[in-house]
Amino acid sequence: MLKLAPALTLTLMLGPVAAGLFGTLLPAAGYVPALGGTAMSREPLRLLLGQPGIGQSALLSLGTGLAATLGAFTVVVLFTAAFEGSRFFRLLRRLLSPLMAVPHAAAAFGLAFLIAPSGFVMRLLSPWATGLQRPPDLLIVGDPLGLTMTLGLMAKEIPFLFLMLLAALPQADPLRSQRVAASLGYAPVAGWLTTVLPRVYPQIRLPVFAVLAYATSVVDVALILGPTTPPPLAVRLTGWMNDPDLSLRFMASAGALAQLGLSLFAILLWICGERLAAMLGRRWIEGGRRSAAERLIPALSGSAMALLATAMLAGLALLALWSLAGPWRFPDTLPHHLTLRAWMVHGPAAGDAIATTLAIALPVIAVAIALALACLENETRDGRPVQHRSLPLLYLPLIVPQIAFLFGLQILFLMAGLHDTLLAVALGHMVFVLPYVFLALSDPWRAVDPRYGHMASALGASPARSFWRVRLPLARKAVATAAALGFAVSVAQYLPTLLIGGGRVSTVTTEAVALAAGGNRQLIGLYGLLQMLLPFAAFLLAAAIPGVAHRRRADGEAAA
Amino acid sequence: MTDALVFDQVRIVLAGRALIALDRKISPGEVLTVMGPSGIGKSTLLAYAAGFLDPAFSAQGRVLSGPLDLTRLPPHRRRLGLLFQDPLLFPHMNVGENIAFALPADLRGRERRGAAVAAALADVDLAGFEARDPATLSGGQKARVALMRVLESRPRALLLDEPFSRLDAALRDQIRRLVFDKARARGLPVLLVTHDRADAEAAAGPVLDFGSPSAADQPAASAASDCSRP
Repeated sequence: MLKLAPALTLTLMLGPVAAGLFGTLLPAAGYVPALGGTAMSREPLRLLLGQPGIGQSALLSLGTGLAATLGAFTVVVLFTAAFEGSRFFRLLRRLLSPLMAVPHAAAAFGLAFLIAPSGFVMRLLSPWATGLQRPPDLLIVGDPLGLTMTLGLMAKEIPFLFLMLLAALPQADPLRSQRVAASLGYAPVAGWLTTVLPRVYPQIRLPVFAVLAYATSVVDVALILGPTTPPPLAVRLTGWMNDPDLSLRFMASAGALAQLGLSLFAILLWICGERLAAMLGRRWIEGGRRSAAERLIPALSGSAMALLATAMLAGLALLALWSLAGPWRFPDTLPHHLTLRAWMVHGPAAGDAIATTLAIALPVIAVAIALALACLENETRDGRPVQHRSLPLLYLPLIVPQIAFLFGLQILFLMAGLHDTLLAVALGHMVFVLPYVFLALSDPWRAVDPRYGHMASALGASPARSFWRVRLPLARKAVATAAALGFAVSVAQYLPTLLIGGGRVSTVTTEAVALAAGGNRQLIGLYGLLQMLLPFAAFLLAAAIPGVAHRRRADGEAAA
Repeated sequence: MTDALVFDQVRIVLAGRALIALDRKISPGEVLTVMGPSGIGKSTLLAYAAGFLDPAFSAQGRVLSGPLDLTRLPPHRRRLGLLFQDPLLFPHMNVGENIAFALPADLRGRERRGAAVAAALADVDLAGFEARDPATLSGGQKARVALMRVLESRPRALLLDEPFSRLDAALRDQIRRLVFDKARARGLPVLLVTHDRADAEAAAGPVLDFGSPSAADQPAASAASDCSRP
């Protein structure tokens, strides 16, 4: 059974991606007999290209995605270069780690509440500084260039890239590298950029690609913060796909393939950028320049990081405040009074959404954890790590834009009669939960001293007993954390839930995003808060599980 | 009485390069010491016998306990008691659970198992330590618990991988004596791998030194036959 685990895991993770891409390809070529398309044609593509503003939509997706990724990457790298090891660095590390679990949509709503014309910042400044009695007529949220959307994506991707970088850092031996560089006369930032970055970058490259693919094809953040005239490509595709007019699906599928091409093109551009950076870096190393804007970089990266972290936290606090707000007119800084009205009125409906969210997430993480443990245990018993061959495969579902294969998957589930079911949605979530669970679990699992397992066997414990009594308990903290992360990933899924559920499966995330178009801020605050609280609760539970190193001393008194 | 532990033409190979080779019998109650610099595969030899050979290595030959070919058994049925440099007490179990984990399953009944644990602890002057967290023990106490844990699993033989090297000098002597006394009292064959000459002397048994110049040149073929057979 255990031998089958890796194959089964890959099938559950990559099968839907491959099948979905195939299922997207057929209607894109005009072939879906059920919808009356029986012959291959270029008609869907022609229709797509004929849509007004389609080029602008594509450019918007490409531009915002690249800018957000490059911005987040630059801030994270320069911040780490300037501050690694400092108290400020540790503070931000503590602040940003939990933010990674916040779903994109909740972060985007929080940001909107903060910087919108009627948002908190404007209220703080009005009327004493601005003289405004009414919200200014500015298009801050939904600006046509997608600047706010870019900012929102940046703010949300920074914690992710930061944590990925932190996980990769120890292997690059940053402290000693920097000491050697310093002894050779390199200033801190220059030393970090020339000796540490080249060694950590290969390890964060796949996460960067995942961010790039996500940011160029994002739907939920774009619906909340993005422009509408026209919206980015992925938003328009989703609209067509959910249109009652089924004939639009041919064009939507052609668009999904175009989206795939667009995201791959963004990655290609990034790879060109990597080459360029490597060339410039070599030249720098050969030239031996000892400093790199040693004042400007800490000042800029430090303030950018602090500002974005503050904005995220303030936005999330605003979600909570709005969910409890009574009348809150502009330019009042705070609500007139607090009330539980929104919670009383919408509580039952929200309860249903929470129940659906849990009904999907809990079985998915149970299966994902079991599969990941089975793969790792199989690897332990074989004594051969499979890590290096399989790592790009793990990232594949994160690098192919969701929309490109979810369309096809929706059609395949439709043909299998599984459409709109919780099972189908759960299978869709599995594709995204499995990689994260596996990534979160594999390093701590492999870090456990293998001699514990050997010792258990030598003491006569069967392989199963060694697993249940020794290896699993030693990794229980990591298992709990991986489960919480998997839960957070499942809760945050918007597009898979919407498309595979056919709009009939309502989780807290689909409900929250659906509220974006309306103006009920109390309700948005409520759902945004729920979106955030569910993963936090999971991580709190995981934190309550004692790690082995923190085991309480069984009898302190007797020990004395 | 236990059976002898026999290494029947065992050879360890790393990437086509012959490392250590061993072909001899260790009688019950005898301590055979294998010495040599690091990198010649001493620990790998133990790992092979216990069934944990790293896939980077390959090995030939059989390890027998009396007539029983252990190399054909899965690791957990070989019952070769391992002691490493580190005591490796399971950190998620208390001291008593660590020992109970090792007790054979055919010793049944909570009370009887509890009594066996208590007796084992009392045997090394740790009576009443059952509920202690291993992390709160001193180095010498951990070493004693680790020793009793391995003995209570009723091993066919002991494989010691530099088990004294992490202990400070005063303690080392005491633990060394304890281990050898217990092993002899139970008539266990012992294979000790070390690079500390004092270990070999305390073991008071035959010594195979793979570090001697003649052996270092051709470790695989000649070392075992070069060395002192009793």
